[in-house]
Amino acid sequence: MAAPMLRWCCPGRRFAFARVGCGSCHRRGPPTGSTSNGKRGQSSVAQQPHITAQKPRKGEPEWAAVVGLEIHAQIASNSKLFSGSQVCFAAPPNSLVSFFDASLPGTLPVLNRRCVEAAVMTGLALDCHINRKSLFDRKHYFYADLPAGYQITQQRLPIAVNGSLAYSVYVGRKPSQMVTRTVRVKQIQLEQDSGKSLHDDLRSQTLIDLNRAGIGLLELVLEPDMSCGEEAATAVRELQLILQALGTSQANMADYEIQRQINELENGGEILNETRSFDFKLGCTVPMRDKEGKQDYRFMPEPNLPPLLLYDSGSLPSGADPQQVINIDQLRERLPELPRVTRQRLVQQYGMLPEHSCVLLNEVGLLEFFQNVIKETRAEPKKVTSWVLNTFLGFLKQQNLAVSESPVTPSALAELLDLLDRKAISAPAAKQVFEELWRNEGKTPAQIVAEKKLELLQDPEALEQLCRSTLEAHPDVVMDLKRGNPRAINKLIGLVRKATLGRADPTAIKEVLERQLSS
Amino acid sequence: DLGQITPTELCQRCLSLIKKTKFLNAYITVSEEVALKQAEESEKRYKKGHSLGDLDGIPIAVKDNFSTSGIETTCASNMLKGKVLCTPYNATVVQKLLDQGALLMGKTNLDEFAMGSGSTDGIFGPVKNPWSYSKQYREKRKQNSHSENEDSNWLITGGSSGGSAAAVSAFTCFAALGSDTGGSTRNPAAHFSRHGLIPLVNSMDVPGILTRCVDDAATVLGVLAGHDPKDSTTIQDPVKPFTLPSLTDVSKLCIGIPKEYLTPELSSEVQSLWSKAANLFESEGAKVTEVSLPHTSYSIVCYHVLCTSEVASNMARFDGLEYGHRCDSDVSTEAMYAATRREGFNDVVRGRILSGNFFLLKENYENYFVKAQKVRRDVLLTPTTLSEAVPYTEFIKEDNRTRSAQDDIFTQAVNMAGLPAVSVPVALSSQGLPIGLQFIGRAFCDQQLLIVAKWFEKQVQFPVIQLQELMDDCSSVFENEKLASVSLK
Repeated sequence: MAAPMLRWCCPGRRFAFARVGCGSCHRRGPPTGSTSNGKRGQSSVAQQPHITAQKPRKGEPEWAAVVGLEIHAQIASNSKLFSGSQVCFAAPPNSLVSFFDASLPGTLPVLNRRCVEAAVMTGLALDCHINRKSLFDRKHYFYADLPAGYQITQQRLPIAVNGSLAYSVYVGRKPSQMVTRTVRVKQIQLEQDSGKSLHDDLRSQTLIDLNRAGIGLLELVLEPDMSCGEEAATAVRELQLILQALGTSQANMADYEIQRQINELENGGEILNETRSFDFKLGCTVPMRDKEGKQDYRFMPEPNLPPLLLYDSGSLPSGADPQQVINIDQLRERLPELPRVTRQRLVQQYGMLPEHSCVLLNEVGLLEFFQNVIKETRAEPKKVTSWVLNTFLGFLKQQNLAVSESPVTPSALAELLDLLDRKAISAPAAKQVFEELWRNEGKTPAQIVAEKKLELLQDPEALEQLCRSTLEAHPDVVMDLKRGNPRAINKLIGLVRKATLGRADPTAIKEVLERQLSS
Repeated sequence: DLGQITPTELCQRCLSLIKKTKFLNAYITVSEEVALKQAEESEKRYKKGHSLGDLDGIPIAVKDNFSTSGIETTCASNMLKGKVLCTPYNATVVQKLLDQGALLMGKTNLDEFAMGSGSTDGIFGPVKNPWSYSKQYREKRKQNSHSENEDSNWLITGGSSGGSAAAVSAFTCFAALGSDTGGSTRNPAAHFSRHGLIPLVNSMDVPGILTRCVDDAATVLGVLAGHDPKDSTTIQDPVKPFTLPSLTDVSKLCIGIPKEYLTPELSSEVQSLWSKAANLFESEGAKVTEVSLPHTSYSIVCYHVLCTSEVASNMARFDGLEYGHRCDSDVSTEAMYAATRREGFNDVVRGRILSGNFFLLKENYENYFVKAQKVRRDVLLTPTTLSEAVPYTEFIKEDNRTRSAQDDIFTQAVNMAGLPAVSVPVALSSQGLPIGLQFIGRAFCDQQLLIVAKWFEKQVQFPVIQLQELMDDCSSVFENEKLASVSLK
C-alpha cells in the first residue's frame, strides 16, 4: 500500500492546513481531483495521497495533517475497457493487444459492460450517488506507453459521486479501544490503464509492453478526511476488502510502500511528490516518472463515445433489450455481503470481539479457514476463535506464511479441537499436537496423540496416587506452599505433570493437590 | 443503353480510363489486380444468378484516408506513405461496399490528412479537375480568347475529397467514398457536377458519398447506413435500403433560404442560380421562406476551433512508435516524437494540430471550445461554394487556412449540427463550369432529403461532361452514366 506522501506546493514552501488549538478550525485540504495524477505501480492498486504534515515549532499552534487519496484499482474483467483484448496476468509481452489498443487509425472504442457494472457495484457499496448519465473525456499527454497520445477517462462527469467509506481505528493502546471513522468518497470514475515501459539503461532504450494498455481502471478519489498515515492505510485496507468482496478488483497491494512512508514521516523526513512503483525483485519501491511542474492535459470530450446512460427499475425504457441496458436496482440486489456486515455477523454469531472480526477479515484466507474449522468441529466458537487467531495465526506470522501456505488444514485443526473438547487431551498437550501437525509429516491429530501418549489420564485413582506421592516426595515445596508462596503450587503441578508424562490436565491436577493439601 | 456487359469488361474499361486520365492525378493507388479478381468473382455470381445486389460488380473508389485491408493507406502524408500501413482490416464503410460485391478500383488523392479545400496539399501533388479539359469549358475559353497553354491553367477540384470526385467525374468508377468534416465531400462535388452526400452522423467527421446522380447516392447510402457494432455512436435501429420514389408534387414541401448565407463573397453567378432554384420550387407550388441562422458568422470560427481541437487529439497517435514513419533520432523519446511528427506531417497538418492544442489548453478551453460547442424547416437550400472551380494558380495565392475558412463557409455548419446534406449540380457557369447547390435535411431524414434532391435534379437536367476529345474511344462509356443504366451479366 502506498503511504500518504508529503506534498509541497513548491520546494521549500509549506502548506497551511488545519490549525488545532485555535478558536475556529478551518480545515482546508489540498486540491484533490484531476490535477494530481496517479500513475499505477506494478501492483494493481497504487495511490497518490495528498498530505502535508510537519513538526510544530515551539509556541506555534500545532498543525494537523490531512490526507486525501487517489486510488486506482484494476477492474477484474475478461476483456479490456474499450476493446475485446483479453485481460490476463503474466502473458508474453504485446500478446494481448488489439488494433484499438495499439491505436491503429480508424479504430474506435466500444464500452465493456462488465466494467460499467463493476463501477456501479463499487459505487453502491460505498453509498455513492450513481450518475444516471456520465461522460467520457480524453486526457492528452505524450508518453511511449500511451499509444493514442491520450487516455480516455471521466473528468467532467464521472459515474459515481458523493459516497463514504467507514473504517475502524485504534485510538488507544488496547485493542478494545476502536472507533469508526468515515472518509468521504468524492468520486469514482472509469478510465484506461496505460501500457508498461521498461527502462533498459544498459542499451539506452525503453521497451514498451502494451498488454496492460486499455485495461479498465476504477479511480477512487477520497477526500482529505484522514489525519495520518495510519488512518489512510486502514481506509485503503478496508477499501481493498470491499473490492475483493465485490469481486470488482483483486486489489493486490504492496504493503511495503505505506510502511516506508510512515517510517519516513515519523522520522520527520521529506517525501517527494512522485510516483513510485513496487519492484518485486528488489522488494522495495523505486521512483518512476517525475511529475515536475504542472502539466496541462488538454481535456476534451471523447467524440467517439456517447454519454453513458444507466437506468433503475423505474426509468427503464419499455421493450429495452436487457443486453443493452444496465439496471442499477438489479445490481444492488446482487451485491454480496460487505466486510462491515460480515464483521458484525461474526460478532453476533460467534460472540467474538470486534477486533477479532477485524483480524479475521484482514488476513487473506483466514475467514474461510475459520469458517471451515467451525463447520467441522463441535468445539465452542470462542475456542475456535482463540485457537485460530492466537495459535494458528501466531505460527503463520512467525514463519511469514500466508494462510494458503499453512501446513495445517482446517480439518486437522477441527479434529484437534474435538479431542480437546472431549477432554481426551489437555490444553498443553493440544499445543504440542499442534506443533507436530505444523511439521506436516502427514499424521492426524489422533495419531500424534497415540504416538506421543498424550491422552489424558482417565483414571482418577491413578492421579490421586501420583499426587500423593509427589507431595510426599517434595516436602520442601509443600512447606514453601504452606508459607504462602503462590508459585509453589505451580511447581507441584509441574512435578505431577512430569510424573504423568504430561497426560494429566493441569486444572485437574491442581484440584486434586489442593484437596489433598487441605485435608 | 449499352446492353449487357460483364463485370470484367466493365472493370477493364474503367481501368483503361484510369490510365487515360492519369494526368488528373485522381488516384494514389490503383488496385488493378484486386479489382479484376473481384470482377471475376462477381461474374461467377451473376452466372449462377446469385448477384448480391445493385452494387455487385460495380467499380468504386475510396479516398485514401479510409483503411483498406492489404492495400496501403497513406492519407497523402509522409507519416504513412511507404510505411505500408496495410491495416489488416477494412473501414466499416469499405467493408459494407465490398460485401455487396463492389469492385475496389483504388485509393484516391486528397489534401494531406484531409485538411484542405483544394485537394492540392497532399504529398502526391494536386488533383486536376476534369472539367479543365471538358469541351464545355474549352469552348468558352476560346470564346474569351485566352491563348495560354491549355494545361497550365487547369482548375482545382475543391477538397479535400478531390480525388474521389475526379474519379467519379471521369467515369473511372460509379461511386466514390470521400470524407467530410467541413465540406470535404460537398465542396468538390459542387465543383464537379457530382452529387456529394453526407449522411446524419454523430461527430463532425463523416464519410461522404460521391456519385453521378441522386439515385446512385441513395443506393450507396442504403448499403452504408445502419448500426456498426464497432462504432459506439451509431444508432441501433435497423435500416432498410431504400429506393427513391419520384416526387411529383412539391406543394407540401417547405424550403428554407438562410438569409445569412447571402454574403458579399458569393459570386453573382452562384447567387443568381440560387435564386432561380428557389423560384423553381416556388413556381411548382412549394413554400419557400427566408430563415435565419443567426450563428452563421460565428460558426466558421467555432468550426475551426472544434475541428482543430479534434484533429490535434486524433493526430496524437501518430508518434512513429507502433506504425508509420519514425525518424532516425534516438536521443530521447521526446526528441523522437518531435522529429517524427515534424518530418511526417506537412505544415497544414502541423498548423491545425498546434491550433487545436492551443484551444484545448485549460486556460483557453472555456473561451474557445465550450463557446464553440454552443453554436449548431424540412430542407434548407443554400449555395455549396462561393464560386465555380478556380484555376490552381489563383487558388494557391491564398494559404490553406484562409482558403478553408473561405470555402467551407456554407458547408461546415452542417457538420457542426450533424445533419444530412447533399450538393447537387445545377447549371454551367458562363465559363462552362459546374455550379452546385446544397440541400440540408432534418435529422434522420436522409431519405426525404434525397427525394427532394432527386426531384430537383430532374428539373434542372444538368448536362454530362464532354470529355470525348480527350478520351477517343470511350464514347460508349459515357452512356453508362448512372448505375441504373448499367446492366451486368
